Amino acid sequence: MSLQTPEKQSPNTQQIENALTQQLDLLPRRDAVLRMSEVRAAEVADQPVSDDDDQTMMMNMGPAHPSTHGVLRLMLELDGETVVRSKPVVGYLHTGMEKTAETLTYLQGPTNVTRMDYASPLFNELVFSLAVEDLIGIEIPPRAVWIRMMMTELNRIASHLLFMATNGMDLGAVSMMIYGWREREQVLRFFQKVTGLRMNHNYIRPGGVAADLPDGWEQDVIDLLDMLPPRLEEYDILMTGQPIWRDRLQGVGVLTQAEAQALSTTGPLLRSTGISWDLRKDMPYLAYDDVDFDVIVGSYGDSFDRYAIRLNEIRESMRIVRQCVEKMPVGDYKAQDKKVTPPPRTRIDESMEALIHHFKIFTEGYKVPEGETYIGIESPRGELGCYIVSDGSAKPYRMHIRGPSFVNLQVMPHMMANGLIADAVVVISSVDPVLGEVDR
Amino acid sequence: MTAETEAAEMQPAETQREDLQRYGVPYAAHGEQKVIFPHRDMWLQTAVALLQDGWNMCLDVTAVDYLDKKHPALPSDIPAERFEVVATFISYERKERLRARIQVPEADPTIGSLYTIYPGSDYLEREVYDMFGINFEGHPDLSRILMPENWQGHPLRKDYAVGSIPVQFKNSRQDSPKEGA
Amino acid sequence: MGVVHNVAEDGFEGLQHNFVTAPLEKLVNWSRARSSWPATFGLACCAIEMMATGGSHYDLARFGMEVFRASPRQADVMIVAGRVSQKMAPVLRQIYDQMMEPKWVISMGVCASSGGMFNNYAIVQGVDQIVPVDVYAPGCPPGPETLLHAITTLHTQIENGELLRRREETGAGANITVEQLDGQGQSQMVELGSRT
Repeated sequence: MSLQTPEKQSPNTQQIENALTQQLDLLPRRDAVLRMSEVRAAEVADQPVSDDDDQTMMMNMGPAHPSTHGVLRLMLELDGETVVRSKPVVGYLHTGMEKTAETLTYLQGPTNVTRMDYASPLFNELVFSLAVEDLIGIEIPPRAVWIRMMMTELNRIASHLLFMATNGMDLGAVSMMIYGWREREQVLRFFQKVTGLRMNHNYIRPGGVAADLPDGWEQDVIDLLDMLPPRLEEYDILMTGQPIWRDRLQGVGVLTQAEAQALSTTGPLLRSTGISWDLRKDMPYLAYDDVDFDVIVGSYGDSFDRYAIRLNEIRESMRIVRQCVEKMPVGDYKAQDKKVTPPPRTRIDESMEALIHHFKIFTEGYKVPEGETYIGIESPRGELGCYIVSDGSAKPYRMHIRGPSFVNLQVMPHMMANGLIADAVVVISSVDPVLGEVDR
Repeated sequence: MTAETEAAEMQPAETQREDLQRYGVPYAAHGEQKVIFPHRDMWLQTAVALLQDGWNMCLDVTAVDYLDKKHPALPSDIPAERFEVVATFISYERKERLRARIQVPEADPTIGSLYTIYPGSDYLEREVYDMFGINFEGHPDLSRILMPENWQGHPLRKDYAVGSIPVQFKNSRQDSPKEGA
Repeated sequence: MGVVHNVAEDGFEGLQHNFVTAPLEKLVNWSRARSSWPATFGLACCAIEMMATGGSHYDLARFGMEVFRASPRQADVMIVAGRVSQKMAPVLRQIYDQMMEPKWVISMGVCASSGGMFNNYAIVQGVDQIVPVDVYAPGCPPGPETLLHAITTLHTQIENGELLRRREETGAGANITVEQLDGQGQSQMVELGSRT
């Protein structure tokens, strides 16, 4: 790897060079990052095999590989079965959502962002809505805040259950996949009851949520929370305590604290290295101040820690959801700001004004004051950020989503370095990227 | 430094922010949003100062193309350029975020790479290069990341069309009416 | 009852209705429809619903399709689940070409069918521009029920289809040719997908 010191803009090069050596020394395995274009990789792969022992092999994994969680592609340089260098190649699901967002009004925005991280769609809607609300400067009624919190925590449970399922499947515990889906279906059934959809809900919108919780939701949630603990016990029996599972995960894909910090890692990956950093606790948004929960922190930074963190985060989320059920305030489920939220359906039949208002808000949208803002929340994968620039019109001038999966992908070459190719699968699985969010 | 005083003048209502003043660049703060406006030539020095000051992590690097728009909330003493690189940092100790907005001119869309100071900016800068065509000097592997390697143009620039095409309906009845119908 | 040793002597009555006669084409189509293995081609949100369909509640195994094949060589049905980007399009075509005939394609979700809400520079506006599609499943994403309906629709198509020839209207067939002997000792290339 060639490191060029920036020449042009440095009257104070000494200071930068110091920082350079300090920061890059935090990454002892940085030589494992393969920096090679696809064309060059194809050329190298076509070279004839020589008798030379030093010759390494270029191998391509993905984008249509069952254990790459969608369309991730890895360029691997192998020495025998050992991964020497690797490069994640992304972009196979690039959807141009940030460009599309510039053509959609703020009201249509959640339909767009919800399709980014499709394993936890409500978080995308939440961060977009929070950013828009920050620009407009409206207050959200407490019930909407608590509904948002409960729904996103349920979504975190669903997302981590999905991780349990795919992690098991990637490592050969196929029955785990069936169990993970079984439980996730129960959560999705509740989502369908509330939002009308199993995925891509467009439920959390700027100004509140789209609809109030249906009658009898308390019992549904309680049933869900009663159903889960014994099932999680089953996971423990099937995997956590099982020697094969532990051997497969422990000590594989180790990430050090310094590496995690230097590479901007967030979420369970960062917490697995022992750093207690959870935005819900450290920079609370919504009403996380008012609920009691613990941040799960690992100590070894290996794949087993990340598995255990996610498993226990399900339990912590269940605690939060239970408190949400107990403390759910009564009142409006969306702000009564006529500028931002549409009138209730019943009013449209009665009043002409409401009908016009309803029509205008859905055709023209509403104007958002000029400004720019960045809001970050803790998604199941790390810090999910939304940066919006408004030029005062009804559509964002620029909408950018900081996808945690995208940034977390950078640690893969470091974690795979000098590991076996079979362990590369473990690493991909335990980073838990959602490619929709990586490529956007 | 003049920039400091001018920035302070810009916000007479706000109290002077010592935590933002120390970087010697114009700043602005509203609510939880803290923004500094370093100059492009001083960007890496500012970044080093940020790192040494306990901003642990570079969360995000992105850019905005203000083709002919007015920049929102830009101090008056900073000459507006077409591109603006926006970097977000976070600090564990202070539990807050800091945003840096750097003006990058259209004629010479280059800026120093954060890679050596915050290695986590690697992919983020590649994305900005891919989407906006802004060059990051000193980046170890500045190549396209999301679009195919042979793609022409930089999609998120404002003068790049959305590229939507009229929806085509195959075998639609209107185009080919059934015989005898 | 009993084994019939000689049909000419015992007559068909000896079989006591324990046999079925059918055209070979029907028989082959029937068996094809009941074990059409899908290729794992999950792209985006729809892939999650596709996997949910394979889960225990919706149970794709009822249709003989629980065996998701990682290798396209072993797969019969390609379920294009999700939006197809310009970067992915050549890969998708390559995987389709690697699948053995006979092969079918289900376009799952509006993004795969028409680009959906993402009508922009990055997304191929309909996967039917790249590969011939047999069944389109609507929805964003289609629920497992919709996918199951698409699958049963495809099974009906397979059962009613012709054995060697692919659909005329789409000109499908991946340019595979078979050698047909016309009895004159000299072989003639016949392209599947065309009558000539």
